This record gives sequence, C-alpha cells and structure tokens, in this order.
Amino acid sequence: MKTLLGLAVQSAWNRRFVLSLVALSIALSTFLLLGIERIRADVRENFSHSVSGTDLIVGARTGSVQLLLYSVFRIGNATNNIRWSSVQTIGQHKAVAWMVPISLGDSHRGYSVVGTSTAYFEHFRYGDRQALNFERGKPFDSVFDAVLGAEVAEQLGYALGDRLVLSHGDGQLSANDHADKPFTVAGILRRTGTPVDRSVHISLEGMEAIHLDWVAGMPMKGMAVSADQVYRHDLTPKKVTAVLIGLKNRASVFSVQRSIAEFESEPLMAILPGVALDELWDVVGIGERALLAMSVSVSLVSLVGLVAVITTALEQRRRELAILRALGAGPRQILCLLVLEGTLITLSGWIIGVFLCALTLAAFGDWSSAHLGVALHLRAPTMNEWILSGCVVTSGLIASCIPGWRAYRLSLVDGLTPRI
Amino acid sequence: MKTNHSEESLLSIEDLGFRWPQASQETLAISRLQLQQGETAFLYGPSGCGKSTLLSLVGGVLTANRGTVRFLGHDWQQLSSSQRDRLRADHVGFIFQQFNLLPYLSVLDNVLLATRFSERRTLQSGRPQQTAQRLLEQVGIHSTEWGRKASDLSVGQQQRVAAARALIGRPDLVIADEPTSALDEALRESFMNLLLQTCAEAGSALLFVSHDARLASRFHRQIDLTSINEATAINEATP
Repeated sequence: MKTLLGLAVQSAWNRRFVLSLVALSIALSTFLLLGIERIRADVRENFSHSVSGTDLIVGARTGSVQLLLYSVFRIGNATNNIRWSSVQTIGQHKAVAWMVPISLGDSHRGYSVVGTSTAYFEHFRYGDRQALNFERGKPFDSVFDAVLGAEVAEQLGYALGDRLVLSHGDGQLSANDHADKPFTVAGILRRTGTPVDRSVHISLEGMEAIHLDWVAGMPMKGMAVSADQVYRHDLTPKKVTAVLIGLKNRASVFSVQRSIAEFESEPLMAILPGVALDELWDVVGIGERALLAMSVSVSLVSLVGLVAVITTALEQRRRELAILRALGAGPRQILCLLVLEGTLITLSGWIIGVFLCALTLAAFGDWSSAHLGVALHLRAPTMNEWILSGCVVTSGLIASCIPGWRAYRLSLVDGLTPRI
Repeated sequence: MKTNHSEESLLSIEDLGFRWPQASQETLAISRLQLQQGETAFLYGPSGCGKSTLLSLVGGVLTANRGTVRFLGHDWQQLSSSQRDRLRADHVGFIFQQFNLLPYLSVLDNVLLATRFSERRTLQSGRPQQTAQRLLEQVGIHSTEWGRKASDLSVGQQQRVAAARALIGRPDLVIADEPTSALDEALRESFMNLLLQTCAEAGSALLFVSHDARLASRFHRQIDLTSINEATAINEATP
C-alpha cells in the first residue's frame, strides 16, 4: 500500500499540470459548498443572537416575519405604526414586566436611527441574554442626545461630543435632512455583533422633536421650529413602530399575545421572536436548498472532470501499467493505484478549497459585518462542514473507481504487451 | 511460496494450447518445451508468430487454454491470480523492447521497484539500496545518473537500467522480449555482454526473444518458435 501510494503521488506529480486543473475545479466546488454552508450557519447564528430575553414583539398588524425583520433587524419598513395610547395601555397589563418602544424610519449615513426610551439600555438582551454595555459615555438624557452602536462610531469615526445630522427616511434626498436639529453623541455602545452595532439610538422625544415641523414626510414651509423652540412643544410621542415586551412570567405569553391581538382601539399583533424566526427559516430554507443543489451540481461537474481526465490519461499509461504488472503488481493493485490517484487529487482539491474558504472569510469577514450586518467567523469547521467535506472526498473516491475499474480491465487484457 | 528446485526443470511446457478470446484458432500449440535452471535460451521466429504471447504464458500473465505451463513446480493454471502475481514478482524479471522504466521515477527507484512488490527479492538482494547501486555500476550506469529521471536517459542507458532491475534479487528466470531491437550495433554488443554476464553471476536462467539471428550463438540453446509451434502448421494447412 505504501508502495502504491508513493507511485500514485509520483505518477500524479509527473502529470501535475492537467491534474492541478482538476484539483482546482474540485477546490472551487468545495469552496462553494463550504462557503454557502458557512454563510448559512453564520446568518442563522447572527439572527438568533440578535434578540434574546424579549418575550413578545408588538406591532401594527402585518406578517409576523415582516414585523420581526423591521423591528429587530432593521430590514424593510413598517407599513403602520402603533398609537402611543395603545402602548401605554399594553404597558399597564399586569403580566408585563418591562417594555421598550421602538420608533424607526430615519437614518444617518446609511445607518438606521432608532427612537426608543432608556429602558432599551436596561432591558434589551442579545446573544445569550447579554445586556448592552457602554464602551464610553452614558444613555441619552437630553432631547438631542444620541447613543451610537459600535460599528457606527468606528466606521464614521465619531467620539463623545461630536455632532451628527440625521436624515429623514433612507437619506437618499439631501433636502430631507434634519440639518436644523443636530444631535450630540452622548454614548457609544460596546460591540455586540447584532444590528444594535449599526444603529443610532435617540430618545422618542428627540424623534418627535425633529418631526415637529414635518407633515406627511415633508418639512412644512413657514412652520419651521428651531432647536431651541422645541422645548415649548409637547414632545410626547404620538406613534411608535414596535414595542418589545418582557413578561413577569413566561407562562403568560400566549394569554398576553391573545389580548394584544384582540386589542379594540386598533389592529395590533404580538409575535414570539423565536417562532417568527422559525417561520423566517422556513422561507429562507427554500433558497438555501436551491443554493445547495447548485453547489452540489458544481461538485458533480468537477468530479466528472476528474473521471474524464484520469480515464483519458489511462490510454497513454497502458505501458506504465504493463511495467507494473510485469513487476508483480496485480490487477487489483492497479485498480487501487488509480483510486488512490483520484482520491489524492480530490483531497488536495478539498484542502485548497478549505484554504480558499478561510482566506475569503479572513478577507471579507469585516466587510460583511460592516455592510451586510452578518459577522462571518474564521473558526473550526462545524459538524455540517465536516459532513460536506466527507461527501466531497467520498464521492471523489467513488468517482475514481471508474478509471480504476477501466485500468483493471485494461491490465487484464493487455498483460505485458499493451496494444496501443 | 514453496518451490521445488531439485527434481523438476525450471520451466516445463506440455501440450500447451492458447487461443485469444474471440479468435477462432489457437495462436500457440506447443507439445513440449523445457528450460533448466541457469540455462540461456534464444527464442526466434518472424514477427507475429506468437513470441510475445509465449512469454506472457511463461511469465504467468496469460494462462493456457489447454495443457500445462509449469514454472518452479507450479502450474500457472492452478494458481489464483494473486498467487500468479506473487510468483511472478518473486521469481521472474522482465526486460521489454523499450519503455521499460517508469518515466517519473529516478533511475535508482526504477531498479528498486522490482523489490517493492516482492518480499523475496528484497530479502535475496540483501540490502536493496546497495545491491541496486552495485547492479547499476555493473551495467555501466554510474552514480551521477542514479538520481536522474528515467525519461532523461538515452535508450541504451534505459535498457541497461531495465537489465539491472530484472536482475535485482536474483530471480530464477529473466524474460527478455527483443531488448536490443532499439539499440545500434555497438550498444547491442555491450548490452548482450552485460546481460549474459550478470545473468550468469545471479544464476538466473534467461529466455531471450529476438529475430536477430546474429545473437543466437551466444546462448546455450536456440529455439525456433515456428518449428515447435504446431498451431502455425495447422493454420497453414487450413485453406
């Protein structure tokens, strides 16, 4: 076996140019398979880490996945808001321990602005029930204070005391800037690896203040209210986008959910984040399976290439096989030699693929976490990745049996005198 | 594998008949042919008369359709294919017309390859590395060449390396299939000298196939395949 392995390596090395192309195609398919699996796992992990300890999320009636996406992940927009009076009524429910109102819609240079109360910093949990911590500064206490997520502060280079201007909506139109009412950085949160890092937090009063002189998404001409004048107005919010709720006792979650669904003054819904997340995975799962099917097809194509290249080379190697036969190698050893060759190529392709994957993660991990909000980690392969790797190598081994079998037949027919 | 050297001849063919699959007639039909230990035999005949087929039968790569080919007391036909591979690896050395060597191995590794598939030949050669080097020196391949790739050698050098490989571990029989046909006259002379000398030193019998009759006189025996192959006679007799 050691002899055969040595021969397989040396023989393959002799034809390294063509074989390295095959190995490269296997590397690419490994890269695809492992890369897609890694992204899938990391996206799921990121999502399920983003909210924890919140028992219910309340919003205007819509799809539960949609509510989860905009309230927690800042993806998409709310179609309707909740009246502040409704929020207060829900807060008085005897089962509710705490609630965090959230008001969305504005942005700052691509990062979403979250209007909320100081309860946010007290009750919001992520990951394994971890609380938010301040890297520097403290929660907002005046109307025009802002608390930045770690990513926002780092990417935009903000320090405590810096001033920033928020934009209405997604900030595409510069006319929509709230330039008249700049905010001051009061605090910067420690990195969490969740959408919190990419949010600018302001108080609900601040949110109300910058929209005092706006109607229907446009600044009203001649009605401008300056930053100093806002304190004369009532800054109690009129509407919020969603409310995160924590219960005194988890057992009451369904009864609270039902009472919110039956809320009389406006149509509301309450979702359990975990259940909504599962629904989301059901939808995303279809896309994931399609991607997996694609990368499996790519792997199959590369294996066909492997078989084609080794089998073609076999014709020119009949002499080599005859020499080995004359020296006492049996047809089974010839078969073994070819299977070893194919498996070695698959293995080296796999190794290159794993390296490519690691390299890409190292190169694009930061970019993806900054721009896509998905932190891709360079870490030891997961169980699934080992299984996929096992599949790649095993199918390489099985595919190699095809040229192996052909070599076996040839060596039986040719004996010592190949008819070339 | 147990072998019986004393009583039987090294090789003994009786009532041999061989037909290729799908062929209508036998290619070979030999009623009797023997080779003794250490004997050198020159087998000649025109191309296509079945010389290479006979060599494959002698070396146990092919097996007879009828009759027996006994080698070292074993009937090739009675052995399993892995036993045949084993017996061949242990006791037979081959030299072909050309392309004897694996192009991607070094000269030394090509010689040692013969011991890789045979424990017996490893043991027989004592210290394989040194034995291979001694044999290479003996056939005129010097140490500067040992590390070179086989494909970098000239044809004459390659044939001499092949001879060294065929002889390492002192196999009982060396089968040479027109090993000189790719060599010019001067090289052929020196190659023949080397081959016969090293075979004699190793005590190996030599079955040498060629259609070059000038070489015949240097062997103990000359065998004309056309005269002992009855299949050819039958072929000619049939209209």
